[in-house]
Amino acid sequence: MKIYRSTLLFAMSLVMAVVHAQPRQGNLLIKGGTVITITKGTLEGTDVLLRGGKIAQIAKNISPPAGVTVIDATGKFVMPGIIDAHSHAALDAINEATNPVTAEVFTGDVLNPFQVSLYRALGGGVTTIHAMHGSANAIGGECETIKLRYGVKDVDELRMDGAPRTIKFALGENPTRVHGAGNNIVPRTRMGVEFVIREAFAKAKEYSAVWDKYNKARNQKGFRGAPPAYSLRMETLSEILKGNIIIHCHSYRADEIYMLLKVCADFGIKKLVFQHVNEGFKVAPELAKYGAMASVFADWWAYKFEVYYSTAYNAAILTKNGVVTSINSDDGELMRHLYHEAGKTQKYGALSDDEALSLITINPARQLGIEHRVGSLEVGKEGDVAIFQGHPLSSYTVPMMTIVDGVVRFDREKDPDDVRIYVDPKEPLDAVTIDTSTDYIDNCMQQAEENFYSIFDLR
Amino acid sequence: MKTRSKILSTIYLACATLSICAQGQKAKSGSFALTNATVQTVTKGVILDGSVIIIDGKIAAVGTGVAVPAGAEVIDCKGQWIYPGMIDGGTQLGLSEVGSDPRTRDYNEVGDVIPQLKALSAINPNSVLIPVTRVSGVTTVISSPEGDLIPGTAALINLHGYTPDQMFAGFEGVVLVYPNTGRKGFLDRRTSEEVRKSSDKAAQKLNETWDLAIQYNKLDSARQVLKYYPEMEALLGVIRGERALMIEANTSKDILAALKWVAEKKVKKVILTGVAEGWRVASEIAKSGIPVIAGPVLAVPTRDYDRYDKGYANPGLMKKAGVTVALRTTQAENVRNLPYNAAFAAAYGMGKEEALRSVTIVPAEIFGVADKMGSIEVGKNATLFVSDGDPFETKTNILHVFIGGWKIPMVSRQTELYDEFLKRDPGAGKD
Repeated sequence: MKIYRSTLLFAMSLVMAVVHAQPRQGNLLIKGGTVITITKGTLEGTDVLLRGGKIAQIAKNISPPAGVTVIDATGKFVMPGIIDAHSHAALDAINEATNPVTAEVFTGDVLNPFQVSLYRALGGGVTTIHAMHGSANAIGGECETIKLRYGVKDVDELRMDGAPRTIKFALGENPTRVHGAGNNIVPRTRMGVEFVIREAFAKAKEYSAVWDKYNKARNQKGFRGAPPAYSLRMETLSEILKGNIIIHCHSYRADEIYMLLKVCADFGIKKLVFQHVNEGFKVAPELAKYGAMASVFADWWAYKFEVYYSTAYNAAILTKNGVVTSINSDDGELMRHLYHEAGKTQKYGALSDDEALSLITINPARQLGIEHRVGSLEVGKEGDVAIFQGHPLSSYTVPMMTIVDGVVRFDREKDPDDVRIYVDPKEPLDAVTIDTSTDYIDNCMQQAEENFYSIFDLR
Repeated sequence: MKTRSKILSTIYLACATLSICAQGQKAKSGSFALTNATVQTVTKGVILDGSVIIIDGKIAAVGTGVAVPAGAEVIDCKGQWIYPGMIDGGTQLGLSEVGSDPRTRDYNEVGDVIPQLKALSAINPNSVLIPVTRVSGVTTVISSPEGDLIPGTAALINLHGYTPDQMFAGFEGVVLVYPNTGRKGFLDRRTSEEVRKSSDKAAQKLNETWDLAIQYNKLDSARQVLKYYPEMEALLGVIRGERALMIEANTSKDILAALKWVAEKKVKKVILTGVAEGWRVASEIAKSGIPVIAGPVLAVPTRDYDRYDKGYANPGLMKKAGVTVALRTTQAENVRNLPYNAAFAAAYGMGKEEALRSVTIVPAEIFGVADKMGSIEVGKNATLFVSDGDPFETKTNILHVFIGGWKIPMVSRQTELYDEFLKRDPGAGKD
C-alpha cells in the first residue's frame, strides 16, 4: 500500500514536472568582447559569466569554471538581448474585433511556439517580445510578454513567468473604422473613442464597488445573499484601475494621446505606455510630465493619413524631453533589425550610442515592467545576450549569436537553414510568399481587415 | 487711427516675412566649387583632398589642384565625402502619398494590359515624400505602376523639378508583372489551385498580347494606317528593342519561366525586377545576361525552410554568380532607406564596393543613362551629395545635395517638425 502510494506520488510529481516545465537555464562564459552594459558603461575586453541562466559575473579574465562552455567574443560586441515592446509574432490570432471593448481576451491563450519568425528574430539579436493584441478595439485584449526560447514545444516555456500584465488599447482610425464605419456603432470618431474608454472605466469602478461591498459583507455573521454577477471583462478593467495592468495604447495623433493622458489622470491610472505614438513629439513635455512612456517606429510614416504628419526625429525629440522611449517593430521583418532601427536615431536627432541602444534594451524593459530582470548586462539579471560582429549600431553589423537564459538559441556559424520544428505535411514545397508588396499593410489589423475590407477598397 | 494702421501694416509685414520663411528655401543654381573633399567617384576610384566643380548643372572638373572658377560659390568640404546621387531602381515615389488612401494612390489602374498608362503623367512633383527622400542622398528613382500583367510604363525621375518633364531623367520602361505563382502577404488566401489557374490565365493573355504586338509592329512597319490601338502603340518600342521591358518575377519558378519566355519571344531589351528568389536560379539569370533590380533587401525569406538571412544575401549571391545587380526599395515614403538596403546587402555577402555600385553606376548603366549620372565624372550631370561619412551608416549625415546642378535646400517636413518641436514653446505647464 505504501509502495503504491509513493509510486503514485512519484508519478504525480512527474506529471507536475511536465505541466510546469522549467525553461532550460544554461551556463556560459563569453570571453573578451566589448561589453555594452547599457546602464554601466561599455567595457573593452571583458568577460561575461552566465550561470544557471543568470549573469553571475562581469569582469576581465574570468577563468572558466568546470563544465562551463566558453564562447570567444574577441573583437565582437556583447550587449543585452534586444526587447521588442510591440510584436504580433508567436500569435495564432491578433484581433478579437467583435466589440469596442474586449478586455476579457488574452493573447497568451493563442501562443504558437512553432512560428519560424521567432527564430528569425533571434537572428536579429532579439530575446524578449511583447506579443500584443491588435488595434481594432478601443480596449483590446491582454498581451503576453514572452522570451524567444525557440525550439521549445510547450507554449508555457515561451512565457516570461512573472512579467507584469499588460493590455492593448487603440485610438484613432483603426477602432473608428472597424466599429464606427464598419458596424455603425460607437466609436466612429475620436470623441467616441474617448467615451468608450471612459464608460468602460466608469462601469469597472461600479463593478469593483459592488464586489468590494459584497466581499466585505459576506464575512459578516448572518450574511445572506448571492454574489454579484461575474464579468471577466470587468475584472480585467478593474485591475487596470488598481494599477495591476500596464496599458499599451496604439495611438498616432497628438490630440488622442493628450486625450488618453487626461482620461487616465481622471481615473488615477499611472502605468501608461503609448505605442507607435507618431505624433508623440508634439506633446512630449506633457508625456514626460505625466510619466507616460512611448514606443515608436524609427521612421515609418505616411502609410495612412494619421501618420502623414510624422517625423523620423520622433524618438530623439521624445528622448530629449525626458520621455522613456523605445523602438519597436510591430512587424516580422523589422523585428530582425531593431539595432539598425535604433541606429537611425543618430541620423535623426544625433542620439548617443547609449541613448540609441537604450531604445531597444532597458527602455522597452521599463515599459513592460521587467527592467529589474532584463534590458542591461548587470550581475543578477537574466542571461539574455546578443553578440554582434561589429558595433550593433553600424549598418554593416551582423548578429552572430543570441543567448536566452544562458542557452544559445541562435548561432550564425551553426545555422542549419531549415529550422522548422513543425512541418506541415500538406504545405507544397514551392509555396512562396513574396515580401515585396507596397500595398497598405497594417499588422495590427490582422483578422480585423476582413470586416471592412470591401467597404474601404484597401487594395 | 494712424497708429492702428501702422500696427496693422507692421503685423502684415511680419506675416509676409513669416510666410516667405514658411514656404521654405528654394533650390539654387549657379557655379559651385566643392573643395578639400574625399571624392568617391565610384568609377575612377577615390580622390583624396579633391574638388568637384559644378557649372551649368554639369560636373566641370574633378580632381586635386583644380582651379576654382571666378564667381563660383565655394563650399569647403574638409573632412567630408562626395558621392554620386543614389538611384533607387523601383519605387512608387510621386505616385503614392498616403498609403492607405486610394485617393492618393496613382500606381494601380484598372485593366491588365495598359502599357500606354505612363507613371510620368501622374507623378506629383510637390509630394511631401520627395524632399524627405532627397535630403538623404537618394536623388533619382524609378517610379513605377504596379498591378496586373502589364500595368503601365515606369519612369526614371530626378527628385527635383516642378513638372514631370523637368524631373524626367531619360528612361522609361514598360512594366510586365510576369504571371506569378507566389503569394503576396497574409491577405492572399487563395488556394494553390487558384494561384495556378490565375497564373495560367495571365500567361495565355500575355502570349496573345505579344502576338498581337508582333502583328501590329509588322503593319506599322509596313506604313499601314492603323486604327487607334494605344496599348499596341505603347508596346511598339518594346517589340523593336527601343524600350526596355521591366519584368517583375520573384519565385524561382517564375524567374525561370520569364527567362524562357524572353528567349522564345526574342525580347531585345529586358530588365528583371524583384527577383526575391534570384539566388535559387542565379546561374541561369547570369547565363541570360539580363540585369536585375533586386529588392527590397530588407525582406524575410520567401519560404519557411529557407535560411533566415536569404533576403539580405540575395543580391550578393546573384552578383557572385555573375548577374548584374542594382537595388530597389519598392517604397514610397521610405525610399530614404535605399542606402541601408545596400548596407545589408554589403554585410551579407555583396561587399561595400559592389553595394555602392548597385545604387549608383549599375542602375545608371541598366537604364542607359550612365553618360549623365551614376558616378562623379566630368561631363555628367551634377547630381551628387556631400556627407560627413559613409552614407550607408546611420550615424552619417548628408550635408549637401545637388540635383542637376541645383543646390537642394536640406529641409523636408520631417526636419521642419523637428525644428519646431524639439524645444516646443509653450512648454509643459504653460498651456
